[in-house]
Amino acid sequence: MSASTPSIDVGDIFPDPYSIPLDQICMNQSRLFQNNVHGEYFRRLRNEDPVHYCAESEVGPFWSITKFDDIVKIDSNHKQFSSEPSIGIGNQAADFTTPMFIAMDPPKHDVQRKAATPGVAPARLADLEGLIRERAGKILDDLPAGEEFNWVDRVSIELTTQMLATLFDFPFEDRHLLTKWSDVTTNVDMFVSEEKIQERRTILRECLTYFTRLWHERANQPPKFDFISLMAHNPDTKDMIDNPMELLGNLILLIVGGNDTTRNSISAGIVGLNQNPQEYDKLLADPTLIPNMVSEIIRWQTPLAYMRRTAKEDVEFQGKLIKKGDKVVMWYVSGNRDETKIENADALLIDRARARQHMSFGFGIHRCMGNRVGEMQVRVLWEEILKRFERIEMVRDPIRVNSSFVMGYSEVMVRTIAKDQH
Amino acid sequence: MPQITFIEHDGTIHEIAVVNGTTIMEAAIDNGVPGIDADCGGQCACATCHVFIKGDWAAKISARSEMEETMLELAERVTEFSRLACQIPMADVLDGLSVQLPEAQH
Repeated sequence: MSASTPSIDVGDIFPDPYSIPLDQICMNQSRLFQNNVHGEYFRRLRNEDPVHYCAESEVGPFWSITKFDDIVKIDSNHKQFSSEPSIGIGNQAADFTTPMFIAMDPPKHDVQRKAATPGVAPARLADLEGLIRERAGKILDDLPAGEEFNWVDRVSIELTTQMLATLFDFPFEDRHLLTKWSDVTTNVDMFVSEEKIQERRTILRECLTYFTRLWHERANQPPKFDFISLMAHNPDTKDMIDNPMELLGNLILLIVGGNDTTRNSISAGIVGLNQNPQEYDKLLADPTLIPNMVSEIIRWQTPLAYMRRTAKEDVEFQGKLIKKGDKVVMWYVSGNRDETKIENADALLIDRARARQHMSFGFGIHRCMGNRVGEMQVRVLWEEILKRFERIEMVRDPIRVNSSFVMGYSEVMVRTIAKDQH
Repeated sequence: MPQITFIEHDGTIHEIAVVNGTTIMEAAIDNGVPGIDADCGGQCACATCHVFIKGDWAAKISARSEMEETMLELAERVTEFSRLACQIPMADVLDGLSVQLPEAQH
């Protein structure tokens, strides 16, 4: 997984998307997303050129697929659109390739995914729900009263990192390492210089070393439901330990997949409800809306903006000729705003009909594996928030991360308003 | 109109008359039968309308397509009676069809 830095230095002023010649619109500019101005660019593409070719960018040419139904078509057509070599828009460094099952095609993808799936399958949810509720309650009870604090650090990161530690059965006292490894993987600042690239690799090798030790421990113990034990005991994946870069790739996948996404959905709930106070009122009036709200927040936020495919052959698609080898980027963040598919798509509506029909989890064989655990964490957290607080009040605009891939927040400053203060 | 019976995991029974051509996924959603999510809206792309076809009915329904087989890999506790409900349009020959819903969709 990788993100990209802006190919055009636009300063802090972003041109009106309609002032740029259509063929010069290029969406792999992280600052468009960091400044939350990407939406109008995508609206123009959906209306005028929904299957859009960007001929020149720092990562080379690529197609942008921007409409909901077109994305579903590409996403569920793994025969013509490969997930190899990478689902990121950038080009993998030849001397540090980390194969992972999200970036593999059948049949290898299938067996590796299947090995890890029981760790987050519905059958496990009941075991995990009580634990999540207890932890969410503790995190909320420990929040400072009457002070401003960063919700991202105190709640979003803390809850998701604790859960991730459980999914790996990772030593709890070392859990901050999971956050570190997740962040170093996706942070664009780690790609800006040779020195940073080497630093990133060193940190990821530490991750591999740590997990290699865990793997050997688990392989010698009876099978359990954590990801490492599941893979170490499955006949299809037990030899992954002999292919360290593939082990690292899959670790990165499971760490980032279980971390950034849920973290930013938790933060997005605070941002979304504060920017739409009428929705916060709806929630307080009817807490049974929480499950529907969770789906709506995940649509509205779209924690991962896109997935990339690579054409395995020439494909004529919606009147355009996608050539063999072309990069094809499916912008979920645009499909989730497709007005022809989702009514009033820009609005956050926690009582939206058919809120589950969003594309944040992707479609087809690579559809999100941990979606149910992610949804459950956000749901349980909100149930516990409503028990304790009148409101979580956002005190200033949030700060977004500098990425065209991870749609997230580094800072959401809030203060809590306890029920009895009201 | 042909009749279909949905049996929830807890045993609750829903008997519904369905217009020919309507998929059994749509029949469940339109009639508020819980237990089917249908996140992709019926495009065989998410596997969240997993159901079990009861008894002999499985033989009367057209076989799974390759894509349906592939997507069923994502569902939990799949058996030979597993189908994606969005891939089964209702027809007169299916009058009386009985469908068991799973404990959960993945």
